[in-house]
Amino acid sequence: MSDLLAREGKQLLLGNEAIVRGLFEAGVDFASTYPGTPSSEIGNLLEKLASDAGMYFEFSTNEKVAMEVSAAAASSGLRSFVFMKHVGLNVAADPMMTLAYSGVTGGMLILTADDPSAHSSQNEQDNRYYSQLGLLPMVEPSTPAEAKEMVKAAYAISEETTLPVLFRTTTRVNHARGVVDLGELGTPKGKGHFERDVVRFVNIPAHARVNRKRLLELMKKAAALSEESPLNHVEGEGDVGIITSGVSYTYVKEFVKGASILKLGFTNPLPERKIAEFIKSKKYVIVVEELEPFLEDQVLRICAQSSISVPVYGKRSGHLPYAWEFSPRTLEGISELADVQRFRESMPATQVKLPGRPPTLCAGCPHRGMYAATKKAVGSRDVIYCSDIGCYTLGVASPFQTADFIICMGGGAGAAGGFAAATDQTPIAFIGDSTFFHAGVPALVNALFNDHKIIMVILDNRTTAMTGHQPNPGTGREFGGIQTEPIDIEKLVRGIGVKYVEEVDPYDVKAATKAMKGALEHDGVAVIISKCPCPLELKKRRMLEAKRCEVDQSKCIQCYTCLKMIACPALIKKGESVETDPTQCIGCGMCANVCPKDAIEVRR
Amino acid sequence: MKYTIQIVGVGGQGVLLASMVLGNAAMNRGYKVAMSEVHGMAQRGGSVLSTVRFGDDVISPLEADGCADLIMGFEPTETVRNLPLGNRDTLVLMNLDPVYPSMVAAGFEKYPEIDDLIKSVTDVNPNMVTLDATKLAIEAGKAVAANAVMIGAVAAMKDFPLMKEDLLEALKAQVPEKFLELNVKAFELGYAAVKN
Repeated sequence: MSDLLAREGKQLLLGNEAIVRGLFEAGVDFASTYPGTPSSEIGNLLEKLASDAGMYFEFSTNEKVAMEVSAAAASSGLRSFVFMKHVGLNVAADPMMTLAYSGVTGGMLILTADDPSAHSSQNEQDNRYYSQLGLLPMVEPSTPAEAKEMVKAAYAISEETTLPVLFRTTTRVNHARGVVDLGELGTPKGKGHFERDVVRFVNIPAHARVNRKRLLELMKKAAALSEESPLNHVEGEGDVGIITSGVSYTYVKEFVKGASILKLGFTNPLPERKIAEFIKSKKYVIVVEELEPFLEDQVLRICAQSSISVPVYGKRSGHLPYAWEFSPRTLEGISELADVQRFRESMPATQVKLPGRPPTLCAGCPHRGMYAATKKAVGSRDVIYCSDIGCYTLGVASPFQTADFIICMGGGAGAAGGFAAATDQTPIAFIGDSTFFHAGVPALVNALFNDHKIIMVILDNRTTAMTGHQPNPGTGREFGGIQTEPIDIEKLVRGIGVKYVEEVDPYDVKAATKAMKGALEHDGVAVIISKCPCPLELKKRRMLEAKRCEVDQSKCIQCYTCLKMIACPALIKKGESVETDPTQCIGCGMCANVCPKDAIEVRR
Repeated sequence: MKYTIQIVGVGGQGVLLASMVLGNAAMNRGYKVAMSEVHGMAQRGGSVLSTVRFGDDVISPLEADGCADLIMGFEPTETVRNLPLGNRDTLVLMNLDPVYPSMVAAGFEKYPEIDDLIKSVTDVNPNMVTLDATKLAIEAGKAVAANAVMIGAVAAMKDFPLMKEDLLEALKAQVPEKFLELNVKAFELGYAAVKN
């Protein structure tokens, strides 16, 4: 197992582990996040290790707050680190855009973990553009080993420019694994001190106008650093030039021969002179990057401004795709331009019909019970299922199909109000406990404020499950020597004035159905809190009671209600009969609860 | 030398542990290692793919499809689904014990006949080795040790560039003390199943 606080040695580290080690080597004082894949492991590691490393760490309520707390630390002379997935940066963009105007007095990195191919995301936006939009220096590592080193280099850039630096990774860096040499551990400062500077830190219009000009000057300084930075360097010789960054560099490096590579690690501002010099001596240049033509368009602009007439190939020329992450085989797109390795022909896909294996709600997942209850209560009513970001998104699949509209964290709850006002349909918004605190509260307040008749179902499984079981305000915090009380969702909801509030145990599907029927009849905002801890989390903490369900075949009439309503992976159809799988069943009793013949028994 | 293993299976089968063992064994031999893992949403009972690459000059965490040296299949349908990762010279190791997807378990979809799955490999590839990893793991003491069986089996594959001892040492370093004996036994059973 990896030991990220080891004094020395080399280890096979996940990109996210290497980044954590980089923080420890850089002596970072302060870190914050809202969990999101592909950045989640960083938070889980810091939850365990930060206090041993002398660092303060918190899971914040959402990315915006995470950005603000880290901004405060970096404005008090400390080194801070805020990290999130790419769409999280949309939430945090508001403070970030003005933070650059103020700058920081310590060092600050903002890690954005982008997800080309949307492996676990709702889109594949290219966050490199935020560096231009917000006027922030940016770095992009290519491998885990480089990510660790680049953390230190990026703090140096941040401190020299007094600006926060965007640290942009992608899934194939965060979730790549490679050999990393451990360096010396740094020493955090501990507490900082905020020095008042009203013009700089109070961006009223008069000050903002001054700071805007100051920021433009600082970006010139950043541009000079980028020109000199060893993070931007040329490898190899040849009259074919390739300009690349991030994980794409590893594909070019390993699978293209005979080209000269300009590897860019410091990618905003770009080293324009270095790029112009590189291109001048080339027959033509190919830009290899995932997603949008961020580098390519700037290279074309640099060529135009420098009157360089060397052809530039890439996405604009149709050689490389915009959509989805690259793989080595993507380079076949440039095989007429460069010496790309010949790849072997794949074995053909089989003709045998294979069953699909999409990700699914776990055996005994309490969301199954609440979904089954909702479907039953709704019947033939015209409802719109507004869902959200979390495990419960998986309700989109059969047999539940309880997701008609999903856009972003808290988006289902907000949209539900809109559907209530814009249609005669009944919106039902599903939202997880962590997501409720993240962005659901303002949406619920909005529904009350504007008299939107929505039903909000808070799927409170007592953890932030999908990203790997992080604590949230509803669970309280118990790490790093800090203990806080859980915030009671029911009290909060009642406190803002919701009249219909029912807390149910979703394993009792009948009771949950009754609560949903009541909510459908209620004239006004209704909230159901479906409260039951995630069994996967209980398993991890060794708190799961040993129970299992058994089908009494003499009572079972093979109506398959259990299969149709709960569809639990632990229910297995063998021939005509239904059995439970002892390796998967956790004895939650949801199937027993819906059985019309009481043919399923929960045994301890 | 350059070698790519594509490990395919189902979330919860120990694919990530197997990839850690193989990667660490390669690192300890002094090779460069580049790997890529599936985390997050894809793990909830879904198909899992882990790429392990090592050699003298390896940096890309992904391999082109068609170019795997070895496909290590923890589950029959997943092995067959991922055949395009290799070519006709690729070695294919396939565990024959199925893990039923939830729609199959619930009776809404059918799981193919194992013989048809075997045939769909042998039709396009002459190098397949099959074993009953779960049964061997139960013989060793516990079904969960199936991944140790698979690692032992890999050690016995034709021309596999890492030594059996290297893999066993790396396995021992990855598993908890109290499961050491179980895992070693499972590893040896997997090794013997392929060697003989």
